[in-house]
Amino acid sequence: MIADSTHCGSASCDALLRPGNTNCAGCGMSLGLRWLGEALEGNAPYLVIPACCGIVTAGAFPTTSYGAAVAASTFASAPAFASGIASVLAMNGDKNPVICWAGDGGTYDIGMATLSAAAERNENLIYICYDNEIYGNTGGQRSSATPEWVRTSTTARGKLEQKKDIMAIMAAHRIPYAATLSLAHRDDFLGKVQTALETRGFRFLLMLSPCPTGWKSEPQESIELVREAVLCGLFPVYEIFDGRRFRINVRPETTSPNEYVSRQKRYGLATTDPQRLQARIADQWTRLESLEWEFPADPSQEQLHGELSESVAPGKAALSEPPQEFGNASQTSDAESNQDPPQGPLVGRRMKGSADEVRTAAHH
Amino acid sequence: MSRMLLTGNYAAGKVLALAGEANRGARGCASGAYPITPQTEIIEVLSDTQFTKGRIVPVESEHSAMGVCIGAALAGARAFTASSSNGLAYMTENVFCAGYYRLPIVLIAVNRTLGPPWNIWVDQGDSLTLRDAPWLQFYSDSHQDLVDTILMAFRVAEDHRILLPSIVAMDGFIISHMQMPVEIPDQSQVDRFLPLCDMPHRLRAESPSTIGGLTWPNETEKQRRDIQSAMERVPAVLREAADSFESVFGRRPDEAVVPFDTEGAETVLIASGTMAQTLRGVIRERRKLGEKIGMLRIKMFRPFPRREVLAAIGGAKRIGVIDRNHSPGSGGIFWQEVAATLQPKHEALVQNYIMGIGGGDVRPAALNGVIDDLTRRSSATDPIWKEVAA
Repeated sequence: MIADSTHCGSASCDALLRPGNTNCAGCGMSLGLRWLGEALEGNAPYLVIPACCGIVTAGAFPTTSYGAAVAASTFASAPAFASGIASVLAMNGDKNPVICWAGDGGTYDIGMATLSAAAERNENLIYICYDNEIYGNTGGQRSSATPEWVRTSTTARGKLEQKKDIMAIMAAHRIPYAATLSLAHRDDFLGKVQTALETRGFRFLLMLSPCPTGWKSEPQESIELVREAVLCGLFPVYEIFDGRRFRINVRPETTSPNEYVSRQKRYGLATTDPQRLQARIADQWTRLESLEWEFPADPSQEQLHGELSESVAPGKAALSEPPQEFGNASQTSDAESNQDPPQGPLVGRRMKGSADEVRTAAHH
Repeated sequence: MSRMLLTGNYAAGKVLALAGEANRGARGCASGAYPITPQTEIIEVLSDTQFTKGRIVPVESEHSAMGVCIGAALAGARAFTASSSNGLAYMTENVFCAGYYRLPIVLIAVNRTLGPPWNIWVDQGDSLTLRDAPWLQFYSDSHQDLVDTILMAFRVAEDHRILLPSIVAMDGFIISHMQMPVEIPDQSQVDRFLPLCDMPHRLRAESPSTIGGLTWPNETEKQRRDIQSAMERVPAVLREAADSFESVFGRRPDEAVVPFDTEGAETVLIASGTMAQTLRGVIRERRKLGEKIGMLRIKMFRPFPRREVLAAIGGAKRIGVIDRNHSPGSGGIFWQEVAATLQPKHEALVQNYIMGIGGGDVRPAALNGVIDDLTRRSSATDPIWKEVAA
């Protein structure tokens, strides 16, 4: 009786996101859910989805587009609901992963306190933010994830403020794992979800999620746009372990965001300042590369840096042993370029090999 | 069973812990816990409890406290929490969510004035703002009644004919902080009284389903009517639970409405919470003087026990409803319900008195003043404010 009036469901567990769902063409979330389903490899999850496009995706009662156990949460509460579910699963020995699937509004804005608290408690759950940089579900209003200069229905002349650095915020919680996901880098994406699934505690994944209706872009270009965002450095693809060890997975090829920006009408020509955008990207990379240099994910790299850059990194203890890991083939090309300490704004000096080669080196 | 001298808060925390532990043979128990005066001792007691299968999650807000309870209940656990005043207001969105999801969570509301201005004393306005949420509501008048009602609340909430969450309220400080002798049951008794929590619609990873997706108006109408039907089944289920309670604990708990000296009464006073205790003493004295006067305590506010109230009022000519709460622009909230219950069939005069707002101490003299006014009255007027604070 109760189930009749509250649940949508079906007995068959097929795909995580079933065909015939209501997502718009070119929605980044669709591919993200498909890849998430692949990475789960039949490990049935509990999904908690707050108010956002992701719950509209379920479609109308009594059907659902999700091939998983899904709880819709109130807007700010996904990590709280998930904490309750994860607690009860743990005390009953259930191993199924608990995953929050939330938009940027529910993550950067209204859900910030709840997210922070669940991260601080190191709840055993995975939080994935599909970030379309807008309140997409309500027709495209600004959020604190909306980039500077972008026009939304509440920032007609372009947003004046910069996008919130959610990864830095999550890293400051010292959670075991945080990473960004690119829909243009499939192996990297799947590998990171796998890493998240194999890690215990609070895990945070940030996925740039194109929204053609909000971005005023062409649906068939969504993946290309993500690739552009990654390759111009606007959306860095990296991971952070324990909030303090960094690994950059894909390095930019250029610092010009022109290709990315010009293909989306949300970046108005009159409102966007390409020079300042480029400078912002460069700043972002200076900071990120410094962090990776100082706090590499691979401890052997840290020792290596200590040896090679004492003058640039004062206070580093001298190596007691020679850096034997230097000979590791898969790391060589990257390690060589890493011999240079970061030098101000990045000018495409790092990119060697394809993104997925770098990824492979990092993960295996 | 052991008799102890306890604060209401400690007793409530202890009984929540017993109820949670009683579910160790099923999915266990969980609570999202957040402090607020005057409720804090409850979550301190809970946080200090070692459960066989349970977890108290120290969250960052009342909103998340209820969020954790919702998640825990969706995963099949017995879930409970406590709050007061602005904490309940902050929790409200998830309070509604828990009810609409038909999750049998128990929430202890230690009644405190909503601020600003900041006032920590008793006023029922906090939990009564939740009267339109799909929750049962009980107002206790003593430590023992509080303990008994918490156990009854779990039993009724988790009954498959009901599956609705339940608020058990107590007067801030008067019950929460005062120590009184109270019978605390043994774990084995609670185990016998509370069946293992069985959430028929809990989420199961092996059978995909979505709770809380989109519904059209026709489905929403059905869901709301289902809730109303469940509410209408509460009195019968409550009576059954009281029978079972009596067989396990050897005493009968107070039910939805508690009449006192109403037989042949021409004047009937209605009150709730600890004011009803004070009022009973006053009524007893005036009965001794030969006045045809009685009272009833309304313990269950949701569902509102219309039949029981009508039966208890009988043929009384004057009804006085005393409210320690206030709905601005209207009047006392119990009065609204009583008036709606009596009209248009009943001939009685129904007068509202608003007393003890912001925790003002309602003493016998003030209640005698109310009775004097009511017995002289030939017609009702707008709600009358009786300011009792010195």
